[in-house]
Amino acid sequence: MALILFLIVMAIILIAAAIYAVMQKDLLYAVLATGIISVVLSVFFYLLQAPDVAITEAAIGIALTTIIFIITIRNTSRNEEEYSEDHIKKF
Amino acid sequence: MKKYIIFILIAILGLTLAQTFKAIPFGADRRGDLENPDKVAAYYLKESPETLQTANSITAIVVNFRGFDTLGEVTVLFLAATGLASILYRKEEEDEEEVERVRLPSSSLVRTGAKILFPLMLLLGIYVFVHGHLTPGGGFQGGAIIATGFLLMLITYKHFETNHKVMVWLESLAGLAFVAVGLYGLFAYGSFLQNTHSVGTLNDLISGGLIPLIYIFIGIKVGTELTNILDILLKIKKS
Repeated sequence: MALILFLIVMAIILIAAAIYAVMQKDLLYAVLATGIISVVLSVFFYLLQAPDVAITEAAIGIALTTIIFIITIRNTSRNEEEYSEDHIKKF
Repeated sequence: MKKYIIFILIAILGLTLAQTFKAIPFGADRRGDLENPDKVAAYYLKESPETLQTANSITAIVVNFRGFDTLGEVTVLFLAATGLASILYRKEEEDEEEVERVRLPSSSLVRTGAKILFPLMLLLGIYVFVHGHLTPGGGFQGGAIIATGFLLMLITYKHFETNHKVMVWLESLAGLAFVAVGLYGLFAYGSFLQNTHSVGTLNDLISGGLIPLIYIFIGIKVGTELTNILDILLKIKKS
């Protein structure tokens, strides 16, 4: 019973972090939210008896991907630009 | 107009996926009979401890039954690293000042912690890929852990430098060694990555035939490759 409650809470955190990552305009927080998704996913993989995938998700998803995105934000801009039609025409 | 085309394309994609997933029974037992395997999952689960003497069946599948696919994965990672390096390559000019990788100094707490954690992370990474055939994990996971350790040092210390030449040579030699072992099996025994020596006994450190050897190569390759990628990315100059 406790395990099921824990799983439900984790699943809610997962979905909330995913929605937050999409909605957030400050990209640094959005990237950290994707890191939280990876933490929860790696716990899920472990509980679903896939320790190999859990280790991969922990090393790649939490550490490396997050850091690569943070480096990218450091070298570009931190805030998401407002969506406009002109922006699309530029490409 | 464009929007409707996109909607129609997404609908076609969704229908195709639904058709595929409809054919897969949900929650049914697809493993099959373990004693007389008639399905591929049961075959792998039966063969990996019995014939290959490998405790971790996933490793046996990745390196042995599907070793050629793993070579493809390693190649994909290699191409990604090469592409990144070729885009971000910057010729070093003599009068140019040093690119600042770390822009703000770390606190002494972080510096001391990183110094203590770095060797332990390297050890964990090496443990994971050496014991790939016994415990969960393997070359990719171990390499990623090693790269994380290097990353910690790279973002903590301003003057921590990885020897770029040694890294590139290690990466290339590990990749070539993987192909060489595979080709030796092909020419001497008739199939790519054929086991060339006895598989030993279950749960021994040196068992599972070629699996430990190949995972050591993959671990070195992935670790040096990811470290190189992070090093290149951290050295980008802000324009």
